[in-house]
Amino acid sequence: MHSLTLLFVELGAIFAGLAVLSWAANRLGISAIPLYLVAGVFFGTGGLVPLDAALPFVSIGSEIGVLLLLLTLGLEFTASELVQSLRRHRRSGIVDFVLNFLPGLGAGLLLRLPFVVAVALGGVTWISSSGLIARLLGDLGRLANRETPSVLSVLVLEDIAMALFLPVLLVMLSGGGPLQALGGAALAMGAVGLALYAARHAGHRIARILSTKNDELALFWLLGATLLVAGATEALGASAAVGAFLVGIAVPTEVADRARVLLSPLRDLFAAVFFVSFGLSTDPAQIWPVLGVALALAVVTTLTKVATGWHAARRDGVQFNGRLRAGTALVARGEFSIVIAGLAATAGSDDIKPIATAYVLVLAVAGPILARYSDSIAGRIRPSGRPRRART
Amino acid sequence: MEIEETLLPGVGIRYEMATRAGRAIVIVVERDGGVQVGTYSADDPDQALECIVLDADEALAIGELLGAARMSQRFADLSREVPGLESARLPVTPESPYGGRSLGDTHARTRTGCSVVAIVRGDEVISSPGPAEPLHVGDTLVAIGTERGLRTLAALIENGWTEEVRALCAGPA
Repeated sequence: MHSLTLLFVELGAIFAGLAVLSWAANRLGISAIPLYLVAGVFFGTGGLVPLDAALPFVSIGSEIGVLLLLLTLGLEFTASELVQSLRRHRRSGIVDFVLNFLPGLGAGLLLRLPFVVAVALGGVTWISSSGLIARLLGDLGRLANRETPSVLSVLVLEDIAMALFLPVLLVMLSGGGPLQALGGAALAMGAVGLALYAARHAGHRIARILSTKNDELALFWLLGATLLVAGATEALGASAAVGAFLVGIAVPTEVADRARVLLSPLRDLFAAVFFVSFGLSTDPAQIWPVLGVALALAVVTTLTKVATGWHAARRDGVQFNGRLRAGTALVARGEFSIVIAGLAATAGSDDIKPIATAYVLVLAVAGPILARYSDSIAGRIRPSGRPRRART
Repeated sequence: MEIEETLLPGVGIRYEMATRAGRAIVIVVERDGGVQVGTYSADDPDQALECIVLDADEALAIGELLGAARMSQRFADLSREVPGLESARLPVTPESPYGGRSLGDTHARTRTGCSVVAIVRGDEVISSPGPAEPLHVGDTLVAIGTERGLRTLAALIENGWTEEVRALCAGPA
């Protein structure tokens, strides 16, 4: 009885705390993710209050949070959007990978982390936060801008690249050689292809199941399918997150919007639990020593992301200011950096947590701010003011 | 005239068009049906300015406003291209026997040789209606056919398949 009381009190305190943080983030106009992380860090391991009773719920909830994050990510875009992004921005995707993955990998190696963990850190610095950035573009009224398609294309390519990266990382973390890692990537690529094929050719069947008027029924179908596929991919040695992502892709566009609406409260809830859980298991005492490195890494990968966006926007014929807007928009890192770090941590490489936490803290806050003031920055570094009018 | 279409992954579709008058117009149609209409800034050729944000129903109303006007114009153009082909807008009046019945009941095609290509109902346009499409009093049928066929069809819709209308069919042109 006593333990149940404690559980409720702890969970209640957590959610009340999240409410306050979410309110504060809203008032400050920043993302709530860094606040959730900080809250987690200051409790739990090495923190102020251990929160032991809530831990089982939080750890299971955080796993579900990862699945829901990836599921809604898969719901975000369609096969045709992926194909068009690949056709138009394949090179931007490669530039993105080279410029943003390598600094993380390098930093990991400099910190004398094991090679696989360094690879995971490369993933942390590589993947921008599509959740933060999509909302940012809407808030700043930039959806109609000419640089926006290039920004969104880079995000889509990162998302799909992550579906290949996660299994590779997982194979490597579990001690597989490069050949097995390659096998994992091939398997993942096949699975993504299959999911896209399913969306195209069996889409109407999936749509019929999900287009029931009954919200409850549709929700259960979605969750059931997601958890089953996630379990299956986990059993196959790929990440459960990848399975959830595949389900998201396989849901056809007609019903994806409804699925997003149904899932978004659940996703917000469990994703917040995931961020808190990640923070809970991070010892604040370990963050201070890596803070300098995390800051340096943040500065370097801010510049490399700006270069990525600059390059992608230039391919679309965008001028100086727009290129800088595209670059700064892409700087924000968030949920998926934490997902990658979390995966590495569950595979037994806890050393990535402090640096990933500090890194995401910096860029989830600084990225959106940078994007907001992009035009005034452009005015500063280009005092001649008016860009050349070279319209095509 | 060229309208450039770009997918906005996760958001919708972006259309960009340079009008002949020299302005650029950008339209973002979001997945939930919301629409943003804007034009570009003079200082920064890539930044959309003056974005008008429309909800799905507002966008639909404006789309139909533009579309319905264009519809009859398009049929007028079409009939100009094919000699002898005319288009007409025929109202379903309260006197018409077909109010509340289906389009198929009129047997318009068999009896007059005319095709009903659209039904305008309030601010809604049903294009290429099937025979099962119900007709309501107040609807306007957009039909194409020969001049004589259309005259017969107008009488048919107004009075039903009466002797007079039958005579119109058989009588001299």
